[in-house]
Amino acid sequence: MKTKTFALGGIHLNKHKISARIGIEELDLPDVVYIPVKQHIGAPAKIVVKSGDKVKVGTLLAEADGKVSARVVSSISGEVCKIEEINNGQGYLETVITIKREGDEFEDNMDMSDKIISEISDNRDELLEAIKNAGIVGMGGAGFPTPIKSEIPEGKKADTLIINGIECEPYLTADCRLMEEKSEQIVIGARILNKILGIQNAIIAIDENKRRSIARLRHITKEYVGVNVQPCKSIYPQGGEKQLINAITGREVPSGKLPIDVNCVVQNVATVYAVYEAVQKHIPLFRRVLTVSGNIDWNPCNYLVRIGTPISFILEKNKIQMDKVGKVLIGGPMMGQAISSLDAPVTKTTSGITVFSEQTSRKPETTACIRCGKCVDSCPMGLMPLNIRQAVENNDLNEMKKLHIQDCILCGCCSYICPAKIPLLDYCKIGKYELTKQSKKA
Amino acid sequence: MYKISTSPHINSKETTHKIMRDVIVALSPAIMAALIMFGFKALLVLVTSVCACLIFEYFMSKSLGLGNTASDLSAVVTGILLALNLPATMPLWMVIIGAFMAIGVAKMAFGGIGKNIFNPALVGRVFLFISFPVQMTTWVKPHVLDFFNVDATTSATPLNVLKHITENDIFSPEYMNLFLGNIGGSMGETSALAILLGLFWLLKEKIISWHIPVYYIGSFLLCMLITQLITGNVRFDVLSHLLSGGLLLGAVFMATDYTTSPMTKNGKIIFAIGCGILTYVIRVFGAYPEGVSFAILIMNAFVPLIDKYNIQYVYGTRRK
Repeated sequence: MKTKTFALGGIHLNKHKISARIGIEELDLPDVVYIPVKQHIGAPAKIVVKSGDKVKVGTLLAEADGKVSARVVSSISGEVCKIEEINNGQGYLETVITIKREGDEFEDNMDMSDKIISEISDNRDELLEAIKNAGIVGMGGAGFPTPIKSEIPEGKKADTLIINGIECEPYLTADCRLMEEKSEQIVIGARILNKILGIQNAIIAIDENKRRSIARLRHITKEYVGVNVQPCKSIYPQGGEKQLINAITGREVPSGKLPIDVNCVVQNVATVYAVYEAVQKHIPLFRRVLTVSGNIDWNPCNYLVRIGTPISFILEKNKIQMDKVGKVLIGGPMMGQAISSLDAPVTKTTSGITVFSEQTSRKPETTACIRCGKCVDSCPMGLMPLNIRQAVENNDLNEMKKLHIQDCILCGCCSYICPAKIPLLDYCKIGKYELTKQSKKA
Repeated sequence: MYKISTSPHINSKETTHKIMRDVIVALSPAIMAALIMFGFKALLVLVTSVCACLIFEYFMSKSLGLGNTASDLSAVVTGILLALNLPATMPLWMVIIGAFMAIGVAKMAFGGIGKNIFNPALVGRVFLFISFPVQMTTWVKPHVLDFFNVDATTSATPLNVLKHITENDIFSPEYMNLFLGNIGGSMGETSALAILLGLFWLLKEKIISWHIPVYYIGSFLLCMLITQLITGNVRFDVLSHLLSGGLLLGAVFMATDYTTSPMTKNGKIIFAIGCGILTYVIRVFGAYPEGVSFAILIMNAFVPLIDKYNIQYVYGTRRK
């Protein structure tokens, strides 16, 4: 089958997928977890436990507050010690539920066996309810509550479900491992989402380089109707939602609109796996697979981690020489967030931890723009970053709007490619912030 | 406490310095050709031009508070391009004046690298051309591989021959010599082969896209071809016009200058076609036999306008 790709821009990155062949390993349990009540886009979940309560794995901790929200369950068994605000390492205080571990007990209805259940219930509402109860959100990074994406608003219809298995960030391999080791579960998860959406057309998009995942999924999809595999060109940001829709269907999501406006629904493979576990095995979202990798001398891994595990615990288990570390990123190097403190916990959207050495942690010095146009050529949204920079420096809000700054997807291609090392993405972020501030005032 | 910064956390290895180095590599075949054809005198002009450009860049960037921009090699590129645009017999003090016009006036006075409107090397060349027309049009015959030959036999350039040819003359183009560069002309313009090697390197290293050279040369040749077919006059011999004069050097190295060419693909195409048509108009109807420098400089002035009206297509803005 031919590989597909998006129309505008894009850059070729060194992939550094050093952990691609290392199997998923279950990490030891931490003694304490910090579970944030807001791990998604929307309202924070409402806390339903108090300190001193005994909880098991899967016990409800916080209920979804309103439509755009997601519930949070406990990831270990033990005692709730306090509900506090901690520094999330990114400059914000965050409300977390701290739980001290005692043993490892699960809620009774959870089926933790390895048996794969392929029979899917025909009751659409039942399926949707299971996803809601499990607290599933988009696990690729955005954290948009999955039930909302699966319930199609009135007057709109879906015809294509795209399962995003691209993982175009360098270093990260969690999705890659998941597709290789849990292929059948993912295909069943795709079938569940197909059923909920009332369509027969799920396409699993994979990077062309992940040959073994492609082969495995192709083999399995032969037995399941309505799920297909589509290799995509290995170019960044192929896994961006708008880029992937363009690559697979040729459609473009209009500015300011959602994928459903072009009849598409996009779900990350990790999300689809969580859907399988929630619906078929009654396992709520209490753990996830993440990659621990980077460019210092150590052993990169793919871990199955309980949500709320402090990042310091993971790095300790990985035996990293912390004195050589310059920068710790939540996510990959292109869009990941640098964190200042390692107390920050793993959340539903943490797809990896990337650790950079001291030498590679410095930002290069900026020189004068030579108008080479590489930022314009590389922008996958067709924007003109160097003009945006000018507009932002002049604080010209009208010009920013004209340059479609709100369409920027923050992929970072422009900053990456710039030979003068101008932080073009920072200008886009500032401009977006200024525009949002202005529209709030009005 | 760990380092905090905004994403992305990795950068490409591309720098201004590296780009300029690649351009110099791309120019090296043309430099070799100039040295082979014109020997020691060419070397003198080249070294003078590069040194003068570097010195002007160093002192002016320092005095304008821009830091030291001489180390990014852009002045070396300007110096080489200026030298390649001059005849090998050029007096050296004139070369220094040309370098001052290029770096001092066309580049630094506008704010340094990235801010200039006109291609610095071309401004230098055109200034010299207008100020010292005799020296600038005294072309010598190449003396291949005879490095220290100082005997300067003047000769007409092929374009001059074409300009003044009449119906009765016998026209016998020497395509092979034109291609290799064994003809009179500016140091770096004569060898089409050397310039094409440079173009190959620029495209391979993705320093430039193919649009400007192809559309420039293409639009020029199309105009010439039509004229030749209509008039049947040997003055408009397409292949001679392609291989002689500054067309190839201009289309590959001058019109593609980042700072003085448009940003978007469509903008580049408009710019290149404009250059092609202007070159054609000057060569066919103008007083000068050669029009590449003027054509590119005129189109340089249109770049801000072209950029203003050629906004990139933005994803998701297509009307249904």
